[in-house]
Amino acid sequence: MPDDVTNGSGGGERPLRAVLAEDQALLRVGLTRILESGAVSVVEAVDNAPSLTRALARDDIDIAVVDVRLPPTHTTEGLEAAVAVRAARPGFPVLVLSQWVEPLYARDLLAGGEGSVGYLLKDRVADVDAFLAAVRQVADGGTVLDPEVVASLVSARGRPLDRLTDREREVLTLMAEGRSNAAIAARLVVTEKAVGKHTNNIFTKLDLPQASDDNRRVLAVLAWLDGQ
Amino acid sequence: MTDFEPMPLLAPVHLDHPLPVSGDKLLDRWRLTLVAAGYALSGVPSLVLAILTVLCLCLGPALGVGVLLALLVFPAVAGLTHLHRTASGRLLGREISAGYVETAHLPTLVRPIRWLRDPARWRNVGFLWFSATGGFAMSLLPVALLTMPVTWFIIAVAGGGWTWLLFLVLSGPALAAWWFVTPPLVRARALTERAMLGSSRVADLEQRVEHVEESRAETLDHSAAEVRRIERDLHDGAQARIASVGMSVGLAEKLVRTDPEAAAALLREARETTVSALDDLRSVVRGIHPPVLADRGLSGAVEALALALPVPVSVAVDIPRLPEPVESAAYFAVAECLANVAKHAHAARAWVTGSYDGDRLRLTVGDDGHGGADPRGSGLVGVARRLDAFDGNLRVHSPAGGPTVCEMEVPCRTT
Repeated sequence: MPDDVTNGSGGGERPLRAVLAEDQALLRVGLTRILESGAVSVVEAVDNAPSLTRALARDDIDIAVVDVRLPPTHTTEGLEAAVAVRAARPGFPVLVLSQWVEPLYARDLLAGGEGSVGYLLKDRVADVDAFLAAVRQVADGGTVLDPEVVASLVSARGRPLDRLTDREREVLTLMAEGRSNAAIAARLVVTEKAVGKHTNNIFTKLDLPQASDDNRRVLAVLAWLDGQ
Repeated sequence: MTDFEPMPLLAPVHLDHPLPVSGDKLLDRWRLTLVAAGYALSGVPSLVLAILTVLCLCLGPALGVGVLLALLVFPAVAGLTHLHRTASGRLLGREISAGYVETAHLPTLVRPIRWLRDPARWRNVGFLWFSATGGFAMSLLPVALLTMPVTWFIIAVAGGGWTWLLFLVLSGPALAAWWFVTPPLVRARALTERAMLGSSRVADLEQRVEHVEESRAETLDHSAAEVRRIERDLHDGAQARIASVGMSVGLAEKLVRTDPEAAAALLREARETTVSALDDLRSVVRGIHPPVLADRGLSGAVEALALALPVPVSVAVDIPRLPEPVESAAYFAVAECLANVAKHAHAARAWVTGSYDGDRLRLTVGDDGHGGADPRGSGLVGVARRLDAFDGNLRVHSPAGGPTVCEMEVPCRTT
């Protein structure tokens, strides 16, 4: 959905260098192709956790795209490697992909509070332009969360959200997914100014600290949703 | 009872009304007299073993000899009492279980010490003395009564004169007594043996609870492992392929204007991947609950298994629809056995037979391969575990050189 895309994915963006960790050959090839089609060169594609840890030590990469589940134990090695690399290199951009999403894992990833992090279902990769935009957003310090994670967080909060209007809840959800005002406006077919009004209302009603930049705004919303 | 089949020697004893006298009853008493003779004869080995047991106990603490002797005597006692349990069990129409404490896992030399603490073994010893004394007398009586006229006849012929009279007077009552006392005596003996040799009801139940606990734990382990396997199969198979289809189609969508040829290639790839994703899903479904089993029951499903095997398999399975969990366990058990035939046996042909008598499901998988199947191999252990969950069991006969026969039995009562 190109109108969701803030950075645009046409030609001319800055080339990125990525490490890709995905144990399924079929998906590794698909992801490499898609990333390369968006001027993200895959400098190393690995299929297991130890190789990923080695690759993440490289200093010539801009972002890591990592599958949660990797050999040898096929549990959450990818996620752990992502958390570890962000502990060692705060703010290092990591986009975590998974065949299913778990809000608990999202919390692990967001715990540092630095941004430059994404957590998406593998299904989202099929929307190639949106996926590439997400990669860039993460590489540029943004936060991208899968709508499914946000939806489960929103539904878990339940009653406190009654204070918001339907439209405000929609805006909140899109904010939590990491979208900018412009992207939200395009998505809801309203003006950017209207979105700005909604976000102000949300921040007031939920008693959240006003945040100027998009990323801090996402984190504030997510922290609130996560019940911190 | 049909006229063509002779009554088996150890058919259950019925206390019939002794009168009127009939051919059937005469035959039955003949049979029971033979049984009584067997019981009486066993008094001899019983006495020998009883004495040897005492020797073991005396020598045991002092010398290692006692332990070594025990290693010979106790199994012999177990063998003899096993014969009695089987015979008396058949005569009563109910199995008599020994209820020994399991010692197969212990080192040979330690076993006698454990045997000493096993009440079932002590009951055996008690039985030996009974068999050599009271039991001997009890079982000799029918034989003695029946043969008494012969004895008197010999005396009469040898003595001549008035002893003829004695023969006539004493033979009648002896035969009459034989007619009346033989069935109750044999039955009494069998009942006594059950009381002495059978494990107590509490011990039986304890053993059963222990077994049920074990098999429940194993079943839980097994099903947890199955669920993990299914999750892995889906994650690595169909789910990954469908995700990859999404990626190919997504990229094709992006390339369709700028590079239509590349887009077409991606779409072709995506189409092929959907085919393999469906294949994956089908095989996962087969691994959970094969559609043919749901549609045709065990008989059809086993035939389907046989068709898929590279070895010719003759199938003689005539089983009605059974409860689904039993069908499923039996199906996967047969599937594993047949997979073993294909993988390991180097067989030229195999066969599957199956029957159900309203009470027990019986299945046999055999092949003419080179044998030597290991019942402790993971596949067969899995089969045993599946069946154990239903109180069933697996017996594997696989001598080196073959043939291999796997017999499976599952109790299953349909109402």
